[in-house]
Parts: sequence; structure tokens; C-alpha cells
Amino acid sequence: MTFTRETDHGTPAAIATGKSVTLTIDGQAITLPEGTSIMRAASLLGGSIPKLCATDSVESFGSCRLCLVEVEGRNGYPASCTTPVAEGMVVRTQTDRLKQLRRGVMELYISDHPLDCLTCGANGDCELQDQAGAVGLRDVRYGYDGATNMGQAKDQSNPYFDFDPSKCIVCSRCVRACDEVQGTFALTIEGMGFDSKVSASQGEGFLGSECVSCGACVQACPTASLIEKKVVEVGTPDRAVVTTCAYCGVGCTFRAEMRGEELVRMVPWKDGKANRGHSCVKGRFAWGYAQHQDRILNPMIRASIDEPWREVSWDEAIAHTASEFRRIQAKYGTRSIGGITSSRCTNEETFLVQKLIRQGFGNNNVDTCARVCHSPTGYGLSQTFGTSAGTQDFDSVMQSDVILVIGANPTDGHPVFASRMKRRLRQGARLIVMDPRRTDLVKSPHIEADHHLPLRPGTNVAMLTAMAHVIVTEKLYDEAFIRERCDWDEFADWAEFVSQPARSPEAIEPLTGVKADEVRAAARLYATGGNGAIYYGLGVTEHSQGSSTVMAIANLAMATGNVGREGVGVNPLRGQNNVQGACDMGSFPHEFSGYRHVSDTATRQLFERTWGVSLDAEPGLRIPNMLDAATDGTFKGLFVQGEDILQSDPNTHHVAAGLAAMECVVVQDLFLNETANYAHVFLPGSTFLEKDGTFTNAERRIQRVRKVMAPLNGYADWEIVQLVANAMGLRWTYDHPAQIMDEIAALTPTFAGVHYDRLEAEGSLQWPANDAAPDGTPTMHIDGFVRGKGKFVVTDYVPTDEKTGPRFPLLLTTGRILSHYNVGAQTRRTANTAWHPEDRLEIHPSDAENRGIKEGDWVALKSRAGETTLRAQVTERVAPGVVYTTFHHPETQANVITTDYSDWATNCPEYKVTAVQVMPSNGPSDWQLDYADQARMSRRIAPLEAAE
Amino acid sequence: MKIYVSRDMASVALGADAVAQAFADAGREVIRTGSRGLFSIEPLVEVETAQGRIGYGPVGPGDVAAVLDGSHANRLGPVDQHPFFAGQQRFTFARCGVIDPVSLTEYAAQDGWKGLEAARAMTPQAVVDAVKASGLRGRGGAGFPTGIKWQTVLDAPAGDKYIVCNADEGDSGTFADRMLMEGDPYCLIEGMAIAAHAVGARHGYIYIRSEYPFAIATMRLAIDHAAHLIAPFTLEVREGAGAYVCGEETALLDSIEGKRGQVRAKPPLPALKGLFGQPTVINNVLSLAAVPFILAEGAEAYAAVGFGRSRGTMPVQLAGNVRHGGLYEIGFGITLGELVNDVGGGTASGRPVRAVQVGGPLGAYFPPSMFHLPFDYEAFAAAGGLIGHAGITVFDDSVDMAHMARFAMEFCAAESCGKCTPCRIGSTRGVEIVDRIMAARPSISRRHPDESQDPESRNARLDDAALDADFRQHDGKGGYLGKALYSRAPSRIDTSLDAQTTLLRDLCDTMKYGSLCALGGFTPYPVLSALDYFPEDFGAPAPLKEAAE
Repeated sequence: MTFTRETDHGTPAAIATGKSVTLTIDGQAITLPEGTSIMRAASLLGGSIPKLCATDSVESFGSCRLCLVEVEGRNGYPASCTTPVAEGMVVRTQTDRLKQLRRGVMELYISDHPLDCLTCGANGDCELQDQAGAVGLRDVRYGYDGATNMGQAKDQSNPYFDFDPSKCIVCSRCVRACDEVQGTFALTIEGMGFDSKVSASQGEGFLGSECVSCGACVQACPTASLIEKKVVEVGTPDRAVVTTCAYCGVGCTFRAEMRGEELVRMVPWKDGKANRGHSCVKGRFAWGYAQHQDRILNPMIRASIDEPWREVSWDEAIAHTASEFRRIQAKYGTRSIGGITSSRCTNEETFLVQKLIRQGFGNNNVDTCARVCHSPTGYGLSQTFGTSAGTQDFDSVMQSDVILVIGANPTDGHPVFASRMKRRLRQGARLIVMDPRRTDLVKSPHIEADHHLPLRPGTNVAMLTAMAHVIVTEKLYDEAFIRERCDWDEFADWAEFVSQPARSPEAIEPLTGVKADEVRAAARLYATGGNGAIYYGLGVTEHSQGSSTVMAIANLAMATGNVGREGVGVNPLRGQNNVQGACDMGSFPHEFSGYRHVSDTATRQLFERTWGVSLDAEPGLRIPNMLDAATDGTFKGLFVQGEDILQSDPNTHHVAAGLAAMECVVVQDLFLNETANYAHVFLPGSTFLEKDGTFTNAERRIQRVRKVMAPLNGYADWEIVQLVANAMGLRWTYDHPAQIMDEIAALTPTFAGVHYDRLEAEGSLQWPANDAAPDGTPTMHIDGFVRGKGKFVVTDYVPTDEKTGPRFPLLLTTGRILSHYNVGAQTRRTANTAWHPEDRLEIHPSDAENRGIKEGDWVALKSRAGETTLRAQVTERVAPGVVYTTFHHPETQANVITTDYSDWATNCPEYKVTAVQVMPSNGPSDWQLDYADQARMSRRIAPLEAAE
Repeated sequence: MKIYVSRDMASVALGADAVAQAFADAGREVIRTGSRGLFSIEPLVEVETAQGRIGYGPVGPGDVAAVLDGSHANRLGPVDQHPFFAGQQRFTFARCGVIDPVSLTEYAAQDGWKGLEAARAMTPQAVVDAVKASGLRGRGGAGFPTGIKWQTVLDAPAGDKYIVCNADEGDSGTFADRMLMEGDPYCLIEGMAIAAHAVGARHGYIYIRSEYPFAIATMRLAIDHAAHLIAPFTLEVREGAGAYVCGEETALLDSIEGKRGQVRAKPPLPALKGLFGQPTVINNVLSLAAVPFILAEGAEAYAAVGFGRSRGTMPVQLAGNVRHGGLYEIGFGITLGELVNDVGGGTASGRPVRAVQVGGPLGAYFPPSMFHLPFDYEAFAAAGGLIGHAGITVFDDSVDMAHMARFAMEFCAAESCGKCTPCRIGSTRGVEIVDRIMAARPSISRRHPDESQDPESRNARLDDAALDADFRQHDGKGGYLGKALYSRAPSRIDTSLDAQTTLLRDLCDTMKYGSLCALGGFTPYPVLSALDYFPEDFGAPAPLKEAAE
């Protein structure tokens, strides 16, 4: 396998106007869209005009002056990157005169560049080197005694890449990538003329600057000035495999660039339709956990959780697992065991786990982590629209005129999509942010929300209904759309309800704390500003009224006609790489794959025929029900693949009690996570680099995951599930995940057209992909709602039972940060800890001052459920009365604080609202110390007997 | 009896404030005006009499009595009839030096606002047509037809359009923009208001270099006073931050936008995508200030004056080693020799003129043998030079032209924005090459041609075959770049005069045809003209004609 770079056409494709022009380049005629650069046109013809400052991820700049061409009838030598094609133009790109000019420019470049090609990390992968060859430079006649920019100190502060100013050719590609692609504006050129230098923020090092380490600058750099440390260490790659990132629900595709068996770097794939060549610090750089020393590579078992682990063979571990489950079922009944599928694993693996449970365990006790994140999305959108998924693809945002972001912090949680959104906002789209915190989207370089509605946590439904009140009472709704696409009588009932004075922005102002005028203005903007798109996150779902909020959002979109075309829609930003897929694959206790209820006889019979067993028609237990049943003594065995419920689920004490009450907990994971402290069997998992499969991202896009190296633990996760299944007598014979996808396609109408050969050909498919939509479905509900008529649902605001009072006067809400991912099992085992070594409690200066708390002080955070300690960060990001923390670090265990209140429809926990008190503290609480002790004891691994 | 004393920055530098104060202390009514533009007679005091304004200059604060009784030795007679002024065609500078610059009454009394009134009675297209018919070309240096630029902006569909005045007058030896802004600010305001009417702009900016505090203050005051007259058009002054390159129109736009002043690639043209991405008229002070005359007196009146395709008048600025330095507004077509010798009176030092630089630090140097050149865009371009902003700097025979070539490169290096490679690196390399030439040339006083070659450096010529052999020992890795770099070891550089002069010409070629904007693109003009007309200063034989003398 040879290593080739992706083609770089030098400038981006022209914005489509429908018009095209024909011109001649070096004697060849070509017709292409107007606005295309001569450089791109020449590249599309297969030629290559020398270039250094041009790269097709950013707009043309015209600074390197290597790409000069001759245009008949024009004076001088225009730069081909900045000159658009014109009808009848005759261009020459390779003449003696041009060669002379290009050599002259290159000679200048090289007169200020180090002499260390042979020892340079980018040797062989350097555009300066390539272009020096392309222009035929043989001779540098400038002296060596003149001024140079060489010999400057390297900036090695970033853990993943180095900046060597001595090798910089000041092409500004990094600066432009930071501005245009990432939208952070962290880089600039400092100084003038010969002294021009790339500088991060105000001359700070990269780490100390505003840089978010997305890697766009490194990718854009044509020399070794910005280079991955790993390339310097390992060498340039010699092969590349395209695969899909295993972090968030954006689903970025990367080229995993390898040198032999070693991963050198992950480079965002330009043809990736989800990320369009961009990346974030996690996907681009934070994959070192895959080789981390904490990874468990051998299966382990123990009789009791207070014993040390004992390493065993795979055969023994699998046989033990099967016999324990069968023993428990024999003793406590068929429904006494269950399992949890993983949103980190592939569709195929998830499908197998739920199949193991339904076919092998003989019950429907399967649930997944979507329970604690987007289960209200599934419920709310299927009630109103008829499908459990977002309506758009990510490209859609580039057609939006008004963007409404509710309870989501995309610049931290979904950074690559946030960069697209910010690009659209810089083009002039308007922005409304509904969030208790002043997130980066509210105000950051060249971005400012038109309206920020900093509502009190827990008042989403009141707020959205008030916006509906404005839209209905001011007659801003789209009557034609509603009459054609929705049930008019249901709309009328809903309109009557939202029109009541009690739903007005003025009436709810005391509840939400947001000025009525601002709510009215925001509602008018959304209803009348053109294409209105709603993006929302867990700030919507993780509430006692999460499902109501999702339906309130759907109501707004239907009322304003903002569904069924590009640029509009309702878009949940899914948290995990494959949470959409895990839900699609039948991970819920009441649904088969494709969201078909287990009580539906026809569907059940289809599965029974294929699997050769009779299936339970009763929905199984949800995760909280499993834990309740465990403490009640009726649920005794659990198979957990790739999820850490102890850290991620609410009310840690309750989760621990449930797990402790079980007789066999099997954890399949990369690391001894917190849940594994309560496990009896540990089956080492494989990383996304070590297996084949597919992930489905937040836009329903199914993308290939490709094995780039052999599993360190010996098996891909799907193989381990198959071993367990066969040990339980199921006789599965899958040789490759492609066969599992064929079974999924055969059993799931929305996936009927999804096969690996099609994914190879198309790159990706968005479900539904079947005979009705052979090429998949980028935008849903175009001709009508999936359920038929769109359904307006009355959403009455019901305050949560979790209320502030004298003992717990503050509201805690939780979330994520850019550099870490969920429970942090992966990112804490990478250098991302450089940015966020611990969880901190954000507290408003006035609340902090009232309590005598200063920046960095240890504080105790206490709720009805529990207490923990962490350090304070005093900031006006949060409103007075609201505190905020992340849940990335087990030392903090933020979920000791959260309660077991949950969404009325789906049991999604109310993470986002907990009444708390904050007080100064001396350090970790007794509980934290005890927990740390217990975790240490629980992670002991007994020495191998053979070694004794 | 009113007394007129200039408040122009140059006059004040020569002591005009003390003179004005002395007359005021003597109980006289003193009117402060702009400058008439002849600095050898500043501080100039004009006394209002029945015969018109009688000038005295230079005058000191102790000369009040002598001026008032008419006995002062420097009595110049009626100012209008002074030969320096009588020969001019003052279309643009008609009021400069005559009126109180910020008096709306005096401006109106001297035909002020006539052009704007005429324009407002016309359709925008008719105004643009008039400017086209006048033949007015951009006075900032490029000479692009102003009317065509306005037409582009008029035709561009957009909600917001802007008028931007480039008052970042940075060329050495130029001061016309400053003089006009200090001496007749309403003329510029009127010109911008006409432009706004012509293209449909609602707001304008005047970008003035920070080194012009008087002009900034005067313009701000004048904008305040005239706001009601130009409404709904609004204007504001933006102060530069000291970068020469911000006089380049696209860098200027970036600077107004609050960005680093860096040149933009064109297209898109500012006329279509200029300030804040909107269609923008960006013109020099003198272009905009010529417009009121054109609208008031008619395009024909303006076009009637001039030479070839260069129509109307040009305010020529004489500076450097010249006896009568100052501003001289005259129709195109006057020869370079007439300007230097007849108007300017030769050098101030009294020594022979050796060179004049026309068009600022990026303009070509011409020897007296080129004094037949008519002042005309095309004629200068054909001679390898440019008119630029019409600044003429005079040098006598003591000038070292290699030093001046070095200065051109040094200026470019100091002022380069750093965006494009030929300018960013080339200008620094240019200084280094000229230094090598100056070190290698025979001393100018001796000028022995035999000493021009250093035998050691001759021996250091590149040997391609040896280089390739050396390079192959490094197993060829590193590609072309490594090879090129390998050639750069100090011992391999040919520092002979021949080689360095060839390199300097090659560098000028790269800069002239490769640079993104005129800063790097025009820096070769002074360098190449110095090399061509004064080779003896670079260690080469003098041109035949001079050698024969």
C-alpha cells in the first residue's frame, strides 16, 4: 500500500450560481462554474500550478506569488489562485517567463529557510520541498550572511504539535485555517515585512493562547513549521486508512495515517461528509488511550468484588460468564438478567448485544446509555414527526438564516459542527441561544448571539411555550404549511392552549428570569427570519420534562413551517459517536431495530423466524428499573458493554447499591472503569482502531469504521459477544461485521439498502436507505411527515420536584468541556489533561463572595443525594443562583450529587437541575476518600499463578 | 485692515504662529488661512489693501511695524501677481491660502458648494458621466479613470456603499493632500458628498495618516460644521497608525475595518467588494477635491487643460534640494525641466542637478537628460517612471545613486506589510545586495574600473557539477530543496560586482512582476533607474553620453 496525499485543488469550489464559463488552459478547454479560480480549473484538468499559500480548505490569499500565470490580453502575471476564470479566457501556466519568475520567488523563500532538509521531520512530506523541485530551483544566489528568521526558539508547549518559527514561510495558511475553518481566531501575523511572524494570541505560546488545538493549522502548514510531535517521533506515514472517529456524534471521518503497524496521525478526511476535512482536539490528537498502559488486555474473573482480580484465559472467562448467567436464570428466572449496549461500539456490535439478550437471555432487558441522554428525543420526535432522529444533515446549516441553539454547547461538545455553524453565522445568519450559561456561542470572536435567553434550569417548557404564545398570538405561524402538513384540529387545540395569557412571556418571566421583551424578540426572529433551524442538546432532554421539551421544539418548528427542506429542521446534537446507531439497532427494552415495538406481532415474528426462537412480547427493564429490581433482589446478572454507569448515571449511591446487589456483573471495556469496581467478570474490549464496523452519527449517517491494527486484547468486541452467545448455545457464525449488517438490513426496513459494498462506493449513507430512498435521506419529512400528519402536542409546564430552598439554594447544572469526553475514560488517558486536569465548579462572583469563596478554593457541593468536593472557578458565565460543573473525573463524581428524578416519559435523568449548597471546604470529602480506597482495592489484580 | 497668516503645518514650523500673535498683540485682526504653497516665503504675511492682498515674506515676529508701514525689505507686492503663483492653474487649490479654512461663509462666498448643488440637481448617472467626461484620473498614482471607478460602484447592487478618501499621504516630498485638508477642508468634503450622491453611498471615511495632526483636527472640525450641508451623507475621520502600506487602497480598507493593514488580492475590486465587503469608492484626496470644480464649472472646463490622455491640472510638489520648494498646480504637459529649473529654480545648494525622483520613494530617478519629458502619465510610463502623487525630489551632483538604490530597498523593507514573498524577503535581500555592491565597487572619488573585480570572489563561482556530486553523497534525500540549500554555503556565493548586479536586476524583475501590490512592484523603479542612468555609482562604466562629456 502506498501513501498518497489527498488532492489539493488550491482553492475551494466556487459558490454555485448556476452559471458556467469555458476557457482554455495550456491548450485544453474546460467548462466549470463561474467564480472558480484559474488554479482550481488547472488542477481539475490534471495540471498543477506551483503554489504554497493556497490550499483548498481556505479562501485564496495571493501571497506566495508562485502561481503566477499568463492570461492572453491581460498585462502582467496574475496570481491564478485569486483570479477567477472568465469566458473565453486563454491561460498559459508553464512558460519560460513564468518559470523564471517562479524560480526568482522560490530563491527568495529558500534564502530564509534552514538547511536541514535531511534531518527535518517533514522531509518527503513538505510542500516547500516539492515546489522547489516543481519550479526547478537549482541555485540560491543570496548570501548566507544576510538577515534570517532562523534560529528562533521552538514553541513546544502544545502536547501534540510543535511550532518552529524558523521553518515558517509566513504563508498565513495556519492563520486562515484558524479563522475560516475553525473560527477561533487564535492566530495572527505579528510584525511587518521581513519580521512578520505567526503568533498565537498576543504572543503567548500555543498552549497558553486561545488555541483549541483542533489541528487545522497543523494540517494547513506546508512545511514542518507546525508538525505533529508524533511525526517527528515516528517518521512520516507510509499508508493511510479512512475510518470514523470514536468520540462525539458528529462522526468525523479521518485518514488514519500509519507507519507500519504504528499510528502516526489522524488527519481529517476532506471527502468526509460530516466533517468536510475538519477535526477537533479529541479526534485529531487524543487517540493515545488506545495504547495506554491502563488498558486491560487479559480477561479476568473473581468470585466477589472485594477480592482481587484473577487473570484467566478467554475460554475460561467466556465459559464462566455463560455458566453464571445460566445459573442465575435457573435460580431467579428468565428475566433476572439483562444487558446494556454501548454507544461507543459499532452498530454491528450493538445489534449483537441486543440479539444476545433477546435471543439468548430470552427477555427484553436491554437498555443503552441513550437512556440517560437522548431517550426523550426518540420519544418526542417520534410522537410529533414519526421518527426518532434529527431531520437534517450537517450541510443544512449552511442554508440556515436563523439558528436557535437550545441547551447545547456545540463549541465544546460538537466542535467540528460548531465550526460549520460559526462559519454560517459569520456569513450573516442570526443566532438565538437558550441556555442558562453564557456559552462561547453567545459571544466569541466574530460571533454574537442576537438574543441570549439565560433561563433558570428546569424552565425550558415554559420558555418554549411562551415563544409559541408570541408566534400564535402575533399570527406569525405558517398556516399554509400547517394546513397541508399537520392535523389542523390538533394545531387549533395547541394554539388555544399556548395563547392563554398564563403562557405569555410576561407571565412566565418570574419563572424563567428572562425578560419578556427578549423572548418576544427571539420568537419573532425565529418565526420570520427565513430558514429557521433548531439545534439542541442534553440541556433539553435531561430534565423531568425532557420529552415535553422535545415536543415543544417540534411544535415550534411545525408552526413556523421550518421542517422538510434544507436549512431548517429539528436537530438533536447526539452525544456519542454511535448513540444514534445504538438506538437504531434495538437497544431499548421496548423496541426492535428500527424503532418497532416488541409487542408488534408481525415484527416479532420476523425476528423469531430469522433467529429461530420465540421472543418476549413484553418490554424489558430500563437501566434504573434494573437497578431498582436489583436492590429488590429480583435482578441478579448484568452484561455491560462499553458503558460506565457508575460514573455516568445519576445518584451514584443508588447505582452502587444496585450493582452490589447483583451476583454476576460482566463488564466489557478498555479500562477498569468505575462500574468494573462492582464487576465479577472483566472482558477486555477493543478500540475503534482495532475493528471493522459502522457508526451512525447525529445526521443518521452510517459510516465505516475500519481496522487499522490488530486488537491488542486479541478480539474485536463483536467477536467477544459472539463467543459469549455461542457459549450460551446460540451457534452464531459471523466471520465479518458485513454479515451482521446484512442481517440488520434484512430485518430493518429503514436499513434495507445498507450494505458494506454500498458504503464503500458511496462513502456513507443516511438512513432511511431502502427501495424508497436508494441513496439515503439527507433531509427528512420533505413530502410529508413520516407519521403522516405532523402532530401538535400540548406541553403544559410542570415544575420539577427538585426545588431550591434554604438548605439547597443554588441550582446545579452539568455539562462537558472541549478537551474531555463524557466520563473521561479515554481523554483522561491522553495529554488532553493539559487543558482540563480536574472538574471545577463554576460559580457566579456574587454567590462566591457571599460564601467567601475565591478562585481555585476547594468547595463542598452538597445536594439531597450526596456530597462531593472540587475547586471553584468564579465566573460570570453562569447566572447568579446557578452553578455548573463537568463530570469527566471520577475523583469528583459529580453524579453523587445528581438525583434520581427523571423524565416522565423515558426516565432520562434530570442531570441538568439539582438543588445544591456550596460551601468552602478543606479538601476531598470522607465519601471521596472512602471511594478512592474502595476503587483502589477493587482494581487489584492478583499475580498470575503460573508466574508464582 | 485684515492681516492674513497661514496656519498650515509647514508655515507654523517656520514660525507663523509667533508672527500671527505679534500682529494680534498689535491690535490687528488676524485671519489664519491655509498656505499659498511657496515655502521659501513663509512665514508669509498678507495685508489687505485697496490694491488687493500685499505679501511680505519671510517675516518674523519683530517685523510688525515694518510690514504695517510697507517698508519691510521682503515686500512681495500683490500676492496674486507673484510669479510662482501667477503661472499656476489653480482649479483644486483655488481657495487654499486665501480663505479661513473652516469658515463656511468664506467657503460659500468663493464658489463653495456650487459643485454639490449642481450634482444634486443631476441624476447619479449624469454626475458619473460628467466625471468621466472631465478625464479625471486617480491622483493617488495609478491614474485610473475616476468616472469609470464610480460607474462600477454605481452599478453594483448593494444596500450599503461607502466613499473612502485615501489621505494616507506617505510619499517623501509630497504634501498636497495635507495642504488641501488644512487649507480648504470643505473642498474635500464637497467632493466626497458629490461622490456619495453619484454612487448612492450613505457614509464616508477619510483615512489620514497620524503624522498629520493639523489635518486631522481641521477635517474633524470641518466635518462637524458641514454635517448639515452634506446630510444625509455622513463622514468620519480615521487616523492611520504609521504604516506606509496603508496608503495602498486595500490595506487601507483593512485598517479601517480594524484589521492588520495588509494588502488584499484583487479581484475582487474594492469598487465591488470594498470596505466591510461592500461596494466602495476609494479615491485620493486630490481626485475627490478636483470634483467640485468639475461639477461647478463643467467637465469641459476641466478637460480643456492637459496633455494627451492626462486631462486637467496636477498639483505638483517640489521638494528636496530645490530653491523654490512648494506646491505648483498646473495643467499636464509642462516638462520636467520646466518644473525643476524654471519653477523650482534649480538646486538650493547651487550645485548642478544630478537626479530628480518623481512620484515618491517608489518613483524613478531621472537625470537632466530626461528633462524634456512632459508631465503626463503615459510619457512617464514609457520612460520607465511614474508620476505617482506628483512629488518631485531634487538631488545635486553630490548624491550617491547606489545609496539611493539602497534606500529604495530599505524603505520597502521597512514598510512591507509582509504578505507577499517578493516584497517581504526581496526588499531585505535587495539591501544586502546593494551593500555588497557598494563594498565591492571602487570608491566613487577614484572610480578605477580595474578594481571592480575581486579575484577571490570570482573563483567562488558555482560549479554545478561539483555541487551535484557533493549532493549525491547525501543519497539524494531532501530533494530539490536540500539541493538548493546545499548550494548556499557561504563559500559558494559569487560576490563579484557582475554577479551581484545581475542578481539585483533579477531580484527587481521578481519584485516588479511578482509582487502583490505597488509597494514591492514599484520599488524596482528607483533601483533600476539608478542602475540604468547612473551605472558608474555601481562600479560599472558610465553611460556613453556622460563619459564623452
